[in-house]
Amino acid sequence: MHIDPLEKKWAQIVLAICALFVVIIMTDALFHSVNAPSNVETIDSAKLHLSEEFAEDNLGTQIDADGNITVRMVAGRYSFFPKKISVPAETKLTFRWVSIDVLHGVHIPMTNMSTMIVPGFVAQIETSFPKPGEYPVLCNEYCGLGHDHMWSKIDVVEKDQWIAPQLSSRGVENNE
Amino acid sequence: MNDSTAKNLALSHMWVAFIAFILACFMGEYQVLERSGLFEILTSPTVYYASVSTHGVLMAFVLTTFFIMGFGYYVASTSLNVPIWNKQLAWGGFALALLGTVLAAIPLLTGLASVLYTFYPPIQAHFAFYLGATLLIVGSWIWCGIMIMMFIQWKQANPGEPVPLAMFATTMNALLWLWTSAGVAMESLFLIVPWSLGWTDTIDVGLARTLFAWTLHPIVYFWLIPAYTAFYVFVPKQAGSFLFSDELARAAFIVLVVFSLPIGFHHLYMDPEQAKGWKMLHGVGTFVVSIPTFMTGFTVIASLEIAGRLRGGKGLFGWIGSLQWTNTMVLSVILSLLMLIFGGFGGLVNASYAMNAMIHNTAWVPGHFHLIFAGTTVIMYFSIAYYLWPILTKKPLYSNNLALVQLWTWFIGMSMMTTPWHVLGLLGQPRRISSVVYNNLMTLSWKPYELMMILGGLILLGSACLFIYLLVKTQFSSTTEVFEGQVEYAEPLHAVKDLPEYLNDIKLWNKVIAVFMLISFGIPILQFFFLDTYDSSAWGY
Repeated sequence: MHIDPLEKKWAQIVLAICALFVVIIMTDALFHSVNAPSNVETIDSAKLHLSEEFAEDNLGTQIDADGNITVRMVAGRYSFFPKKISVPAETKLTFRWVSIDVLHGVHIPMTNMSTMIVPGFVAQIETSFPKPGEYPVLCNEYCGLGHDHMWSKIDVVEKDQWIAPQLSSRGVENNE
Repeated sequence: MNDSTAKNLALSHMWVAFIAFILACFMGEYQVLERSGLFEILTSPTVYYASVSTHGVLMAFVLTTFFIMGFGYYVASTSLNVPIWNKQLAWGGFALALLGTVLAAIPLLTGLASVLYTFYPPIQAHFAFYLGATLLIVGSWIWCGIMIMMFIQWKQANPGEPVPLAMFATTMNALLWLWTSAGVAMESLFLIVPWSLGWTDTIDVGLARTLFAWTLHPIVYFWLIPAYTAFYVFVPKQAGSFLFSDELARAAFIVLVVFSLPIGFHHLYMDPEQAKGWKMLHGVGTFVVSIPTFMTGFTVIASLEIAGRLRGGKGLFGWIGSLQWTNTMVLSVILSLLMLIFGGFGGLVNASYAMNAMIHNTAWVPGHFHLIFAGTTVIMYFSIAYYLWPILTKKPLYSNNLALVQLWTWFIGMSMMTTPWHVLGLLGQPRRISSVVYNNLMTLSWKPYELMMILGGLILLGSACLFIYLLVKTQFSSTTEVFEGQVEYAEPLHAVKDLPEYLNDIKLWNKVIAVFMLISFGIPILQFFFLDTYDSSAWGY
């Protein structure tokens, strides 16, 4: 069997390139917690309204006693609910997405807030938005003939100007 | 040798492939026009999604499968110098695959299967669509069986001899396709068909997606391997040179086949139903499978360099200019490699685990796969057709110059269409939308790119029509001139001696694949049977 010395050299270079990429990705994943959304948490998509967590009044941005912010969202043909939410910039946010019907995907352009929303599962992502502004929230998986119209809005507000939603007014504010 | 059966099989399969191709090209141009929103009259999500679904199925499943089968039959017969084993069975496979195609086409064209070519449940299409797609796959399995039988019989008749490289690659591809299609076949047989017939009320969406991901990556290597085969066995000869290394070519095909299978979860990076450890494992495998492509690039370019220098090219890059740019095979490999370099770079971005979030399901993704499939791969399908048509029909190619124009315009059109598509993805445009209705300033930045895509699509459509025109004019010309040429396979620079058995057989690799698949898909599939999953009922669209 014949292997040319040039081929050997090239093979070593290629292995080195691939190894470099893998090391960078793994370092980010294992030491900086830069991961894909992968929480493998099941939920009955047909009974979301009966679930404690995704009942209508509990959707949108919530802040708990320790100051952790969770955004609970329901995807259904053809929008994301609540249709408009507000979050602080430069703050760790935990998004929890569920589908009420078919497969959806959600992406907030220019950010890494991206996940598939698979019926039967809760998709959880932790991220933060460095730049304030109003961003569209877009469905990026074909979900039916009205797919083009499936989008909503998110307001990313300067950290010090953001007002945590009050428990009493939350239901009204979030379900316009 | 009378190889008329192989010739007829090749021509019949390839005509089905190319008729599907030209129909889908017209749909493609309609889609890019519709999506731009410039023509109010075209706006219709109903027609658009029926068209996209049909375009995807025709291009990704019909063009590819039929082309690969036809090409495989002719390669097997000519490289082994034997007739097709069991030709009745081969025609049976053709008939079955064609029946499946027609069966799937009816609901697709009538808007009863607008579920796109990925048909993700719980959106449900008419059951004839799933049945047709399944029959197409079963028909292709017959081809796999015939390729493997011919491989085994030749080895028995020629013990210790190296199997010709072209046949080794083709048989590895048959093995690859049997493994690849098993995922979608399981999804179809156990989940989708019973559900679409109403035998089951609900479907396990997570399991269906996992099984589909099994198929989703290696299928692109099934499409790509004929192009790589041409790189290795036709290009060096056509360029007037030798294959730089026969053994390394075999190793490249083996690594491609073995490592393209256990890595499908890079399509599920953004999915909640699989855990991150499995995604990382598949992610590392995805980088491994880029290695044979790097090696292929090296070997092909080295073979071309020898050709250029034999033709008098001097200096570090001088040999490029002295290549035979007027040979369709040589031109197409150069253009194909250019698109492979950019497409491969995009692929590495997609493969990069968490970075995938930035481009996942954006316009970047169809930009990427059009560049690497419709560009790199299909341009080689064209030049294979230009090479084989005179041999199959015994008539000279109608016009070499027009064929060169066709290849150049395909490359230019594909660059003009896919570059803006990638940019649109980075600018946040999602894939799979039929119009832009978001009331947001961001969408203004998308317009110029959409315009450029229309132009690129028009050039591609013209190029595709020219391709079909050339095949028709060649085959049905009334010329009395008889083309006497035969298929010529490239000779390796160094004769193949003492080939180790692992580079000359598929049995070992079949076992390796089985182990890899068990490791990478075993628990991820089994988890759906011990998790408390909630199935979905069927939804229309």
